[in-house]
Amino acid sequence: MTKQGLNKVDLIFEQVDAREVLKKANEMTSEEIIRQILESGLKGRGGAGFPTGLKWKYTAAEKDPEKYIVCNADEGEPGTFKDREILDRVSYKVYAGMTIAGMAIGARQGIVYLRGEYKFLLPKLLKELDVFHKLLKELGLDFNISYRLGSGAYICGEESALFESIQGERGEPRNKPPYPTSSGVFFKPTSINNVETLVTAVMIIHHGAEVYNQLGTKDSRGSKVFSVSGDTPTPGIFELELGMTVQQFVNEFGDGDTKAVQVGGASGFCVPRKKFTETIIGFEGVPTGGSMKLFNSSRSMYNVLHNYLDFFTEESCGQCTPCRVGCQQLLKGIEKVKKGEVKSTYLNELVKLADTMKMASKCGLGQSVGNAFRSIVENFREEIIY
Amino acid sequence: MYNTGNLVKELTEKHGRKRESLIPILQGIVEKHNYLTDEAMVEVAKELEISAAEVYGTASFYTFLDTQPRGKYVIRVCKTITCSMKGKNDIVHTIEDMLKIRVGETTSDKMFTLLETNCIGWCHKAPAILINEIPYTELTPEKVVEILKSYLKK
Repeated sequence: MTKQGLNKVDLIFEQVDAREVLKKANEMTSEEIIRQILESGLKGRGGAGFPTGLKWKYTAAEKDPEKYIVCNADEGEPGTFKDREILDRVSYKVYAGMTIAGMAIGARQGIVYLRGEYKFLLPKLLKELDVFHKLLKELGLDFNISYRLGSGAYICGEESALFESIQGERGEPRNKPPYPTSSGVFFKPTSINNVETLVTAVMIIHHGAEVYNQLGTKDSRGSKVFSVSGDTPTPGIFELELGMTVQQFVNEFGDGDTKAVQVGGASGFCVPRKKFTETIIGFEGVPTGGSMKLFNSSRSMYNVLHNYLDFFTEESCGQCTPCRVGCQQLLKGIEKVKKGEVKSTYLNELVKLADTMKMASKCGLGQSVGNAFRSIVENFREEIIY
Repeated sequence: MYNTGNLVKELTEKHGRKRESLIPILQGIVEKHNYLTDEAMVEVAKELEISAAEVYGTASFYTFLDTQPRGKYVIRVCKTITCSMKGKNDIVHTIEDMLKIRVGETTSDKMFTLLETNCIGWCHKAPAILINEIPYTELTPEKVVEILKSYLKK
């Protein structure tokens, strides 16, 4: 199902009465809250898309009395800036979402992990947190939120690396299982949710799952905040109903000369013009944490790919060999092809390397380098070679 | 070089002496002194009763926990794709010309360090830079000159 045109939605930034929503949630049982979230079909908004209700259900089922809600505000994917905007404009909704998640799973402590690049926002966010804590006290709710700052490491957006960072360690991802729901921060049961996911949960409790359910498609329920940048006359933040095609997106945001859209940032997929109409933005097509970058015909896709590989080479934590060496070799490899030092068929070997990284890397970083690599090399092969 | 004086003690009182206190303590030192000296890291290790290698190992993982001398103002120019497409190089050259340093270097008066960094989340207002923690966006060479002038007056 595709819809005509784009449906702009205002859920994330809509002002609500936090007191009323918290009261409403407090009158529900843990099971009722989780059922609402499950029925809404909400999937994590950070990019990975795990069903939020299931995450809460698994964490709720853990017997350990010490549990945590972690808000992942380590927004580092190139082209994503929506979480900063959400925190800046409606931080109280993020805090309310954490509190409701705490009610659902039985946690009394929440931690927001804010990327170091957003440190300038912290004084304001802490002031707003004080106000929120007062509200919790008035309502007699036992929940406490604290902040931890990142220090400029993209990999810390990966959930287990983020836990390591909170614990004062190098931000190196852990082996999974165990999953965070049983062993997360401080090795305690943890529900880690993206900023936007938590705010969406507030709106589902506020409006009801059935209202939310009317938005989007079977695989991609609801709406999503998109971060639009690149060659577009209207860069910025837009909340749109899910289910649109890349073509519909380009009709709205393109500059008339769009040749490719990178959906999901450096770890996402490049969609070329000829596939705009058949590609749906969502879990049934190309998923995205919100990053949408438009490129027009003046851009070299070699430069785009080179920039991404340079990014991954620097941001790979270096712990596992497929990712550490793979990123470096992909970068060197396309440079060699460009300079004509190797035959163009060398690109096929590099694609195999990217596939190996997908299979053998320990975490999502190394596993997703191949997304951009394959989709750019396959669709813009001549630009990489010549 | 700088003397941490009582700073490490103050920070450990504030954040505690557990392993999870380590990064906030290191962030606190960088906030005050712009980078971590070997001496500061050894001092932190003593306070937390962990090995200095653990402290260095953790610090060196994080881009913003510099273990190299840095100026009072660290300028980080975003080099990721959108900023790169929208004129990042012009911004870098303008800063290099004005401060007479190259990327990676610090001015001789220890006021400015110029670095490039990965996506800082301002792609819709590219090109963008951070000076310490303050973002400056939608830059042009002219705007950068004005911004740097305001820092030179400080």
